[in-house]
Amino acid sequence: MSGPNTNYDPVQVSALDEASVFDMRDAALAAINAAIDLAGLKEVRSSHVGDRSPLALANREIGALPPQARKDAGSRVGRARAAVAQAFEARQAVLEDEAQERMLLEERVDVTLPWDRHPMGARHPITMLSEKIADVFVGMGWEIAEGPLVEAEWLNFDALNLGPDHPARTMQDTFWVDPPEDHLVLRTHTSPVQARTMLTRKPPIYVACPGRVFRTDEYDATHSPVFHQVEGLVIDKGISMAHLRGALDHMLQALFGEGMRTRFRPSYFPFTEPSAEMDMVCFICHGSGQQDEGECRTCRGEGWIELGGCGIVNPRVLIACGVDPEVYSGFAFGFGIDRLLMFRHGVADMRDIFEGDIRFATPFGVEL
Amino acid sequence: MRAPLSWIKDYVALPDTLTIDELTDRLTALGLKLEAIHRADITGPLVVGRVLTMDPEPQKNGKTINWCTVDVGDANGTGEPQGIVCGAHNFKPGDLVVVILPGGVLPGDFVISARKTYGHVSAGMICSGRELGISDDHDGIIVLPTDAGVPGQDALPILGLDEEVIEFEINPDRAYAMSLRGVAREAALGFQVPFTDPALRDTPAGNGEGHPVSVEDPIGCPVFVTRSVTGFDPSAPTPTWMVRRLEQVGQRSISLAVDITNYVMFELGRPIHAYDADKLQGELVIRRAVGGESLKTLDGNVRALSEEDLVVTDASGIIGLGGVMGGESTEISDSTVNVLVEAAHWDATAMFRTGRRHKLTSEAGKRNERGVDPEICEAAADRVVELLVAHGGGSAGRGVTVVGQAPATAEIELEPALPQLISGMPISAEMTNAILQQVGCTTTSAGDRLKVWPPSWRPDLTDPYDLVEEVVRVVGYDDVPSVLPPAPAGLGLTQEQQWRRRLGRLLASTGHVEVISFPFVGTTDLDNLMLADDDPRRTTLRLANPLSSEEPLLATTLLPGLLKTAARNVSRGLEDLALFEIAQVAKGDRMGPTPILGVDQRPSEEELAGLTEAVPAQPLHAAVVLCGNEDRAGWWGSGRPANWSDGIEAMRMLADSLGLELEIAAADLAPWHPGRCAELRLAGEVVGHAGELHPRVCRNFGIPPRSVAAEIDASALEATAVAVPQAEVFSTYPVAKEDVALVVADSVTSAEVSSALREGAGPMCESIRLFDVYVGDQIEAGFKSLAFSLRFRAPDRTLTDAECAAARDSAVAVAVERLGARQRA
Repeated sequence: MSGPNTNYDPVQVSALDEASVFDMRDAALAAINAAIDLAGLKEVRSSHVGDRSPLALANREIGALPPQARKDAGSRVGRARAAVAQAFEARQAVLEDEAQERMLLEERVDVTLPWDRHPMGARHPITMLSEKIADVFVGMGWEIAEGPLVEAEWLNFDALNLGPDHPARTMQDTFWVDPPEDHLVLRTHTSPVQARTMLTRKPPIYVACPGRVFRTDEYDATHSPVFHQVEGLVIDKGISMAHLRGALDHMLQALFGEGMRTRFRPSYFPFTEPSAEMDMVCFICHGSGQQDEGECRTCRGEGWIELGGCGIVNPRVLIACGVDPEVYSGFAFGFGIDRLLMFRHGVADMRDIFEGDIRFATPFGVEL
Repeated sequence: MRAPLSWIKDYVALPDTLTIDELTDRLTALGLKLEAIHRADITGPLVVGRVLTMDPEPQKNGKTINWCTVDVGDANGTGEPQGIVCGAHNFKPGDLVVVILPGGVLPGDFVISARKTYGHVSAGMICSGRELGISDDHDGIIVLPTDAGVPGQDALPILGLDEEVIEFEINPDRAYAMSLRGVAREAALGFQVPFTDPALRDTPAGNGEGHPVSVEDPIGCPVFVTRSVTGFDPSAPTPTWMVRRLEQVGQRSISLAVDITNYVMFELGRPIHAYDADKLQGELVIRRAVGGESLKTLDGNVRALSEEDLVVTDASGIIGLGGVMGGESTEISDSTVNVLVEAAHWDATAMFRTGRRHKLTSEAGKRNERGVDPEICEAAADRVVELLVAHGGGSAGRGVTVVGQAPATAEIELEPALPQLISGMPISAEMTNAILQQVGCTTTSAGDRLKVWPPSWRPDLTDPYDLVEEVVRVVGYDDVPSVLPPAPAGLGLTQEQQWRRRLGRLLASTGHVEVISFPFVGTTDLDNLMLADDDPRRTTLRLANPLSSEEPLLATTLLPGLLKTAARNVSRGLEDLALFEIAQVAKGDRMGPTPILGVDQRPSEEELAGLTEAVPAQPLHAAVVLCGNEDRAGWWGSGRPANWSDGIEAMRMLADSLGLELEIAAADLAPWHPGRCAELRLAGEVVGHAGELHPRVCRNFGIPPRSVAAEIDASALEATAVAVPQAEVFSTYPVAKEDVALVVADSVTSAEVSSALREGAGPMCESIRLFDVYVGDQIEAGFKSLAFSLRFRAPDRTLTDAECAAARDSAVAVAVERLGARQRA
């Protein structure tokens, strides 16, 4: 920047006259508007806007003018520069927007390209269905009890009113740990968990026991030597079959929706008396047995689906497990989770559950 | 149990308008569950035929077939004999048989047509009971009584196939329903109509003139009744109606005497035995067998007897396994003219044990072991005598032997309100009393209690709750209302249950697929894992009755199941795999026998502790197996095969999710690669292993080389997991970053360097992270360069450059001093 000019010649600063300033301004504005991209605008900046632009140079000369002229010229040049700067910024904004738009256009990708770099995992549907059932009971205020798979014979049988000569003891086709004199079995039901619960907790008891169980069944499309059960046990004062039915109806409504109900038929289990078979109304045809003007495929036209067994806990079981039958009564039920999975989710072959083909579990994801 | 409707109606006056569906619905509601209603599932001509000729023709395949001509009257349209090939041999020319002619359809849509077989055109088929769907009998064809009909006559009504037969599933406690007497009684109860008891008959009293009998074990055999028939005609045919009913209940006609004993068993539920009286030698003695004794039973097997077996003996020795099966030496034959009829009541438990010991199941055994009405021995014997005389001639012997008497049923005290309390239905004391009488009980009031004596045919009724079931089933199970039980507020899932779900969700959300394997393994599996002889995972529990002799052991590790599952997937073309399983394994250390405790009261704490301690430890394990690519190849570039570190990382993640940090150390353990196996420790305890599998293990299991596995004791993790994580306190002052590259010998692990740096870096060091490992030209052989990024931050101020440099130098100094590290230039 040059210092104040004290010896000036007004003729020498004709660049500051009105016409000149307007010319410089108009030239600058024309150049700005003529710039078609940011690179062009950058050139305009140095020739018409920057420190070396005619208007900037003219501005330097203002100080050389006499005071009156200085004011006029100052305001004239100032207005011109402001107009140029404003036009420049406006043009820059427009060109930047254009550039951005162009870039976004150029960066377009094929969003249909698959991104399956890391395949999805999944939990086993049996695990998830067990948890879903458990959650229904937890929602009713119950707790979840568990126990060992290799179990004491006494807990699996004797404590549950299945004495050594009880026909049911062979009906259940038990896996025995060698030597059998050790009295260890692979549990044939989750009922020993009920016995353990009664032996270790004081009533009231409200528990559900999901878990893996074993029977020496052949392995085919509808049987497996390893399968899964959930059992429920309630011990409290004044418990009746009505409560049993209420709990089961509630569970079925939670799993299958409104309108689900049960049907009880007399049956026989050593650990319950009275004992019942429970059927659930078919969740597809709601009991009509009809589907798409034909026989319902889920219940085979029965309108009902066999679910499992239940009943009032036999007082002999209560006594063996230290519960006073004069004070308390209770109910118990049990049903197979594998079969429930099969009809709820359309699994045709039970072996799919255990073969571990990843195509079986993967579609079920991590939560049922 | 199969019950022909017409037979039921012999004893109960069912309403004429009642449909069979109404009947079976009601009986199902009472506890006799409908299994099936059998109707003739046969169309086309099923006719009586008379065998005219039969020529046995041995075949190349070793079988002998019979080329028969059979007179079927005009049923074939020509009246000419029908040529039929038959594989059975239990008939002879002249016999009446059942023939299905071409065009007929047997159960299972089995269309009959004339076809060429064994060198003949066989125009139809001579039928067995199984082919007609009326029994499981396939040992021979049905031979009809000589008076059953004439050739060409429709055989459907003769066999009762035009009648409905109801098949029930009978629960083990309702043995009484394994007879027409029992089924009819239930029908009468269900419809409140009169019942005529076929066992209610006048029988002659015991006298001294019957066959001598001595019962040495009145517990095992409380009642023993014999009657006799002399001059019986062994060639007399079984009447057609009886053959038909026997076929309907699934029993093939054998001979008149045998058919009658079977018929009475189905009628009354009481198994009967008939002896050829001329083969008996003197007094019958009923006792337990002694060790070393044996018997050749009717089925031709010689059976070694146990001291628990009840036997019938005469002077010749043992002649029968009481209540279970007779002996060969005294059985009824086609020359028997004098018959001794035995109707005895046997102890159900003894019957059950004997049947199980000798693997004998028979219609008689099924009834005896579940409990038969002990009061109808005389009636049953009398009914047999009646039928023998009526159809086989001869005369009833005067002698009647009755030894012992039926045990009295024990009285049950019932609180009359119990049915109402237990069922949740309004059932008055009067209703309870009335229903119990309807089912056959005798009752009297005793104060506020009801004294109840169950009827003789209901040995299953022993407890008040048994009576409750009787009352409730008559009132109707389906009328039980639905009332939510009033559970107190619960505590939700336990911490362990929540953790277990967390582990599964974590593994699944990081790409692993859960599988459920059978816990059965064989020694081969353990060998395939290359486990050392003294590896504790070889200490397993063994099953006494495994499904497969190849896999008799209970798994101590989840890896065999996972590796076999992986191989199955690979064989199906699914080669990029990340599998996991979370399951209990069984430790094999023998804990000694678990006691069998009493059931009359709660066992003591000591007894219970002894019981639960004898159950082997079964910790929860979590394991993963990885094969092929961890990251797939794709348009983004190449894939990344799973490697040893992915296995370790999966386990580290599990621990991290429980607020735990695993210590990782090099290890050498099967089934892993000896140089690529990590030991996972928690507070110094080894809790698992992870890494690349040994190449031979991959080969053994048929999975790709370089597959990865990891297994951890999740129970051990849970034991120290952090239940209530605490918030971190963190500084908001600026972070200072320092990178260091250290050259160390190959043998020095990154964990050692990292922990040396950590120790030297002082309290301001926020984190130390390894970001590069370099081995190559710029480093001398046998050494590697490890580059770490260190972050420093103070809680209360901005650190100066000098402070950071000093901390960094101090960190490096420890590594230099302890591990011989030098800073890389």
